[in-house]
Amino acid sequence: MSAVVHLKVAAPPSTGLSRFDFEAQLRKSGIDLPPLSIDTLQVNVTKLCNQVCRHCHVDASPQRREMLSPEGIAKCLEILERHPQITKLDITGGAPELHPGFDNFVEKAVVLGKHVMVRHNLTVQLDGHPQAGTSKEYLPQFFARNRVEVISSLPYYQEYFTDAQRGSGVFRKSMEAMQRLNREGYGVEGSGLLLNLVYNPVGPYLPAAQAGLEADYKRELKSKFGLVFNNLYTITNMPINRFKLHLNKTGQLESYMEKLLAAFNPSAAAGVMCRSLISVDHQGRIYDCDFNQMLEMEALDAKRKKLSIFDFDFGRTLGRPIQFGDHCFGCTAGAGSSCGGATA
Amino acid sequence: MSNYYESEDLKKFGDIGQHAKALADDFFRYYGNVTGTDGALTKREKALIALAVSHAQKCPYCIDAYTTQCLETGANPEQMMEAVHVAAVMQAGITLVHSVQMQNHLRKLVL
Repeated sequence: MSAVVHLKVAAPPSTGLSRFDFEAQLRKSGIDLPPLSIDTLQVNVTKLCNQVCRHCHVDASPQRREMLSPEGIAKCLEILERHPQITKLDITGGAPELHPGFDNFVEKAVVLGKHVMVRHNLTVQLDGHPQAGTSKEYLPQFFARNRVEVISSLPYYQEYFTDAQRGSGVFRKSMEAMQRLNREGYGVEGSGLLLNLVYNPVGPYLPAAQAGLEADYKRELKSKFGLVFNNLYTITNMPINRFKLHLNKTGQLESYMEKLLAAFNPSAAAGVMCRSLISVDHQGRIYDCDFNQMLEMEALDAKRKKLSIFDFDFGRTLGRPIQFGDHCFGCTAGAGSSCGGATA
Repeated sequence: MSNYYESEDLKKFGDIGQHAKALADDFFRYYGNVTGTDGALTKREKALIALAVSHAQKCPYCIDAYTTQCLETGANPEQMMEAVHVAAVMQAGITLVHSVQMQNHLRKLVL
């Protein structure tokens, strides 16, 4: 069981960092970033989590109660059914498996022929539900039966960095959970069951090159634990919420923002994920991405009206201008960063 | 300025171009070509060498810069500490090997 410390998040302190103007940077670089498509519906079904990770942009913890309603789940399924253009459902949280309607959501989306991805933190298999105490040990079999793509955070192939970021004992449990997934065929060549890992730095620095790090992970996890997986996605830490608080507390926010700005990469900007997905919160509100969701920067249509799944209109949503903020420099630094890893 | 080695000064590295821009440009081009790209050595290997040299030369700016660079190239703390041990053992070895000179001179002096 992970530590159950509730990290209360204060209102974001004034950073005085207005010089980090993302839209001005885009203009300066001659880049326009309208949405290109909506191929992925990313749904944050709950902020409840069995872990309390130090960098978590969701501020998820075992104390959180936010849950997408059954009506919200039904609406997402209806949107998926009505729009063949939306081919992928990306379920995230918190630990999304802790939502009481999670299994039903996955099964029905699979019946609709959608590619379902689950942001699975591995340890929930062993920790179970932090409030109800119910077991989640069935998840590897459930995922395999539904041929869900599993995407799991593992900040490093060693205990030191992993536990520093995700809590004491998380690395050991993650290894055991990966073994269970491998036993079902996840990550095994030829099985078609995808297990992708996510690396993100354990502090205010940029990720290493994705391909090289993936080779290191594969070699080390195979040789030390006999584990296999498919791809490694490198993701940059966003200067928001819990991680931003840490940066402020340690006096590193400004230098981190300078690092992100100095590493601004126009090619990475062109591939930002907000151009092809929309993010839905537990109240059915629509955002350009999960980070905007956590900052409560709601997506607005061309007439500046808020968007929601409850009156969803594909054309109105696709025609929206994307809302940008200074945190967006996190997605455009170096090799770029998205829910699917590097973008450039 | 109240102290030598202010950490804020690391950001001013580019200022070495003041009064000698052409030479600084040459240096930074060379510096970038050597450390900033994969070659016969990977960027990570170069970062670990630079970290070792930073310790041998006792440069706090370089230690900060190359600790970060090691992490940004995917190195881990074990690799970084081993690199520092290489620097340490080289310094110890260099000191000790000079005792050969001392022995040579000793033999010359002693009847």
